[in-house]
Amino acid sequence: MNPFIRIVLSSLALMSSVAFAVEFKQVQTNESTVTFAYKQMGVTMDGTFAKFAAQASFDPAKLAKAQARIDIDLASIDTGSSDGNDEVAGKQWFNAKAYPSAGFISTGVKALGGNRYEARGKLTIKGKTLDVIAPFTFQSTAARGVFDGSFTIRRLDYNIGEGVWADVGTVADEIQIKFHLVVNASPAKK
Amino acid sequence: MNTPIQRYNNTAMALHWLVALLVFAAFPLGVYMHDLPLSPTKLQYYSYHKWIGITILVLAVTRVVWRITHTPPPLPEAIPRWEVVVSHITHLALYGLLLAIPLSGWLMSSAKGFQTVWFGLLPLPDLVGKDKALGDLLTTVHQGLNLMLFLLVGMHIAAVIKHKLIDRDQILERMLPKGMSK
Repeated sequence: MNPFIRIVLSSLALMSSVAFAVEFKQVQTNESTVTFAYKQMGVTMDGTFAKFAAQASFDPAKLAKAQARIDIDLASIDTGSSDGNDEVAGKQWFNAKAYPSAGFISTGVKALGGNRYEARGKLTIKGKTLDVIAPFTFQSTAARGVFDGSFTIRRLDYNIGEGVWADVGTVADEIQIKFHLVVNASPAKK
Repeated sequence: MNTPIQRYNNTAMALHWLVALLVFAAFPLGVYMHDLPLSPTKLQYYSYHKWIGITILVLAVTRVVWRITHTPPPLPEAIPRWEVVVSHITHLALYGLLLAIPLSGWLMSSAKGFQTVWFGLLPLPDLVGKDKALGDLLTTVHQGLNLMLFLLVGMHIAAVIKHKLIDRDQILERMLPKGMSK
C-alpha cells in the first residue's frame, strides 16, 4: 500500500474512533420530558411531571458502564385536572408530604440490536422499591443523544391509590411511564 | 268527545318518552355530581352523565329527522292562536336545547381534557383542544342552557296540566299510547 494512503486511512480510522469515544452525560432537563398515560373509566388520560432531575452517562460502545438516575418531584405532577393534582398528592395516592420524590436508578443496560436498548433498574415510589425494565431507543448525532422509552407499572404494586381508589375499574392499575431525555455529549476521558 | 284522538305514531312516542326519562336522569345527576369531592364514584357519575347525554343527542337528532319528515297530529281547533304560537316556539326551543346541551357538554369535556368515550366503548373525537378558559366558558354555557331547559320543561309540563285540568282537551293523549288513556 502506498504509504500516503496508509497514513490517510489510519488517521481516518483514528478520527472515527475518536468520534465514537464520546459519552453522553449532560442531561438537558429543559428539553427532556417525563410523562405518563393511564385509563380512567376507559378513557386514556395523559399527565406530566414538570420537575425532575436526571443524571446519565451512556456510551453505546461501553454499555457495561452505562448509568442513569432520574428523580421526579411528585408535587410537580399534572394529571390533567387541578382536582386530580390535589388528590394524587394526598395520602391515598403518592403521600407526597412523606415521600416527595420518586426515583429510578439503573442497574444495567443491554443492547437489543439497532438503536434499541433495555435499561434495568430499581424504581422507588412511596417507599417501595421494585425492579423495572424499560426498553428505549437511542439516537445520536456527534454532540447530542436522545433517549426515548416507556414502561408500564401497576400502581397498586406501589400502593398508589389506596382505599376507595384501589378499585381499578375506575382508574386502571396500569400506568404507562414515558421518558424523552436529551443528553449532550462530553468527550470521554482517556 | 266523539272524534277519535289523533296520536303521534309509536316511533315519536317512544322517542319522546325515552328522551324525557333520560333528561330526568341526566339533569339531577349533573347537579348532584358537580359538587361531590373527587372519588371513583364521582368519576363514574361523570361518565354515566356523559353517556346519557350523548344518547340524548343521538335521540334528539333522530327526533328532529322524524319531525321534519312527519306531520304531527293536529291541535284541537279550540286552542287560541297565541297558544299555538307559544307552543311552537317552546317546542322549537326544546329541540334546540336537546341538541345544544349534550353538544356543549361534549365540547366542555374536550376543553377540560376528558375525552368522551360513549359507554366506555366508542371514543368521540375531541372537537376542541384542551383549553382551560374555553372549558370554564363551556361550563357556564352548559349550566345556562340547562337552566333554560329546566324552565321550558316546567312550562311544557304546566301546559299539559292546564290542558288536562282547565281546558279539559286531549292534548296529552296525543302523546300517550292507546291503552293508557280512555
